[in-house]
Amino acid sequence: MKKILDPRELEKFRAQILEKRDPKRPCIAVTSGTSAKAYGSEKLVEAFRTALKAHRLSRKIDLRVTGGQGFDEREPLVIIHPRNILYQRVDPKDAEEIVTETIQKDKIIERLLFVDPKTGEKILNRDDIPFYKGQMPIIFGDNGKIDPTNIEDYLAIGGYFALVKVLTEKTPEGVIDIIKRSGLRGRGGGGFPTGMKWESCRNAPGEKRYVVCNADEGDPGAYMDRGLLEGNPHRVLEGMMIGAFAIGSDEGYLYVRYEYPLANEHIQIAIKQLRQYGLLGENILGTGFTFDLKVSRGGGAFVCGESTALMASIEGNAGEPRAKHIHTVESGLWDKPTNLNNVETWANVPLIIHKGVDWYTGIGTENSKGTKIFSLVGKVNNTGLVEVPMGMTIKEIVDDIGGGIPENGTLKAVQTGGPSGGCIPASLIDISVDFDKLTEVGSMMGSGGMIVMDDKTCMVDIARYFLNFLKDESCGKCTTCRDGIRRMYEVVDAITRGKGKEGDIELLEELSWVISEASLCALGSTAPNPVLSTIRYFRDEYEAHIRDKKCPAGVCKALITYSIDKKKCTACGKCKKVCPSDAITGKKKVPHKIDSKKCIRCGACIAECKFDAVRIR
Amino acid sequence: MIKFTINGYEVEGEKGQNVLQVALDNGFDIPHLCYHEALEPYGACRLCLVEISNGKRTRLTTSCNYPVMEGISVQTDTEKVTRARSMILELLLARCSDSSAIIELAEKYGVTETRFELDHDDCILCGLCERVCREVVGVEAISFLGRGSARKVGPPLEINPKTCIGCGACVYVCPTDCIKMEESEKDRTIVRWGRTLPMKTCKVCGNTYAPWFQLEYFKQITEGIPKDFWDKCPDCR
Repeated sequence: MKKILDPRELEKFRAQILEKRDPKRPCIAVTSGTSAKAYGSEKLVEAFRTALKAHRLSRKIDLRVTGGQGFDEREPLVIIHPRNILYQRVDPKDAEEIVTETIQKDKIIERLLFVDPKTGEKILNRDDIPFYKGQMPIIFGDNGKIDPTNIEDYLAIGGYFALVKVLTEKTPEGVIDIIKRSGLRGRGGGGFPTGMKWESCRNAPGEKRYVVCNADEGDPGAYMDRGLLEGNPHRVLEGMMIGAFAIGSDEGYLYVRYEYPLANEHIQIAIKQLRQYGLLGENILGTGFTFDLKVSRGGGAFVCGESTALMASIEGNAGEPRAKHIHTVESGLWDKPTNLNNVETWANVPLIIHKGVDWYTGIGTENSKGTKIFSLVGKVNNTGLVEVPMGMTIKEIVDDIGGGIPENGTLKAVQTGGPSGGCIPASLIDISVDFDKLTEVGSMMGSGGMIVMDDKTCMVDIARYFLNFLKDESCGKCTTCRDGIRRMYEVVDAITRGKGKEGDIELLEELSWVISEASLCALGSTAPNPVLSTIRYFRDEYEAHIRDKKCPAGVCKALITYSIDKKKCTACGKCKKVCPSDAITGKKKVPHKIDSKKCIRCGACIAECKFDAVRIR
Repeated sequence: MIKFTINGYEVEGEKGQNVLQVALDNGFDIPHLCYHEALEPYGACRLCLVEISNGKRTRLTTSCNYPVMEGISVQTDTEKVTRARSMILELLLARCSDSSAIIELAEKYGVTETRFELDHDDCILCGLCERVCREVVGVEAISFLGRGSARKVGPPLEINPKTCIGCGACVYVCPTDCIKMEESEKDRTIVRWGRTLPMKTCKVCGNTYAPWFQLEYFKQITEGIPKDFWDKCPDCR
């Protein structure tokens, strides 16, 4: 492969790629990110290859394997271009039929279409599906247009155009000015203004500087960064290169968590391609800009998402945070000025350069510009990754894009910001999602996790879940985080087991204050948030557990009993069969009974009963 | 020199010094368990919290790893400091409920009881042993193991650490006295790490005085000292 030596050559190469491509040419795009692979997408891709070959269509029809396109609930997805038909939950067995019917005869296969759970209507076009309709996929949307392992695909959609623009037309200060004016704020959790960070790093004394991409995404239920790296790694790399130019860095690190093998694979391929084309290394495009990248893989510790712990880990030390009285932009990796941004932040950069500040600042709210990708999970019909403009309300995200709560449930709360965030009650669902609003209501933007909870969710149990996660994921270095979180867990755990005492809520508040004020790093200082926000909005639930020894949501096993409603029970005997502890007795035609001493409250009988006869009290 | 104030008194520190060291040098009493002047500050025990105003911003922070800065104002005994310190002591007391050092320190700051279940642990994970072994002795025989509530200090794989020279520096710095050393005519044992080393006999008086390993290691790392210096006990040197 020939190295591309100057910007003109790159544009020539891009023109050649585009010339070869006909946008009207039919294409079968199959999603094959981690979620789709779990549904067997690799076999599906193979099945399409076989079918196209069998019908001698391999040269006429493109088959594109893309990263995830967000709608993980319905994976694997197949999108037929140019009509933009979306087939969902496609099985390898369907491939042949799609080729013979839809591709050859232009016939729609009804059973593979998405059915709107609200209206029962079948939807043909991908963009008409409510899940996609409400989104503004300026960053994540490109996932559907490219094969992430093919740099030509990225170039075809304007990839590395922003880099060329920066290298040929801008000064480093000019780039920093653009990013500052764009209002871009860090997408990893803190929401710090990106341009200001770059400027501080550029101005820090010293010759050597590093740029780092934080891809150690660890919040439970959050996988935006995985989606981006798997589906469009070049976008992130281009952002890093632009950042490196602005900051004056010639070396970068991508810190990817170990649990993301596919993301790692795609990054490695992307880096290899960049080196082959001469877009990474010395004197890139003959502009005098030199930059190279290394991938460093995390060992699986949540705390390594914290910037100083991450840098310690890259250096080969244990991933433990240090005090940040001297910021990493002055003294970071190997004590050199280091600029660290999250995957999604880097991915925003090429877009801002490409489309301009005015365009970018037109999206979002006053202090939160652009879009944000959320991973919408939990008790919601359409789970997946959604990209919305800042300022959209939680209600719009959950009801319109997410399709509401399954099984006619009612929304109780939305948890945002991962273990550092908080639970926002249904009564505040009309607040708009931006950095400041979420903080105001006691939660935070975090990296973009959004867990929807219905009325069958116990908020004390949720607090217990996050504390349990954090007590194990704290690095254990400082007393307040290590012992403080563990003690909070013990108190909350006792409450869920019916051992709560008067004064426990106050003790939790007291501990929360000290942990948040006195911990060494942000993992500790934000750890009490899930407890504080649930106490703030659901104090009555804590009180019910402590005083009445009752779990209103019917979740905490020690506080609930199962019984059978005599009027509803038809004595079919199904519950008796599934009960693993032989706690259910009953004869034919006689309503059954549950022995609460034997009952282990597993819920198997509830799942089995068709007559809604099992009650939890 | 860098000038700043502690509780309103003007003090001076050198560039690179931390606030705690300057405070201690000037006679201010700030409790601390993980700090030692010979070692890099670590910020683990959180007891040396103070309130520091730097410009408009005032915040609660540990003084051991806060670099001295011109014009800052340090308060060592505010209501916030006391409140946080008390809870930290309560946490430590619950953890090391049998340690007399912790019981005494907690008592000094008015904490005599804890609302948490007692752990009866003996180590507060201050990391002084690990740091002295790495930074001063330079052998790294022990390190932190595990994370979160499972964190502890020990030799790799928790088996007899082959690099331990039995110098006892870890024993010396431990604030809760949980690393014990046993010595006989024949050998020395660092009980916590399961390391036993034979003793060397002084070539002058014939008494045993230190483990062979330790003296051999010292011979390697010291320069300009007569070769037989380490073969004699401190009394006969």
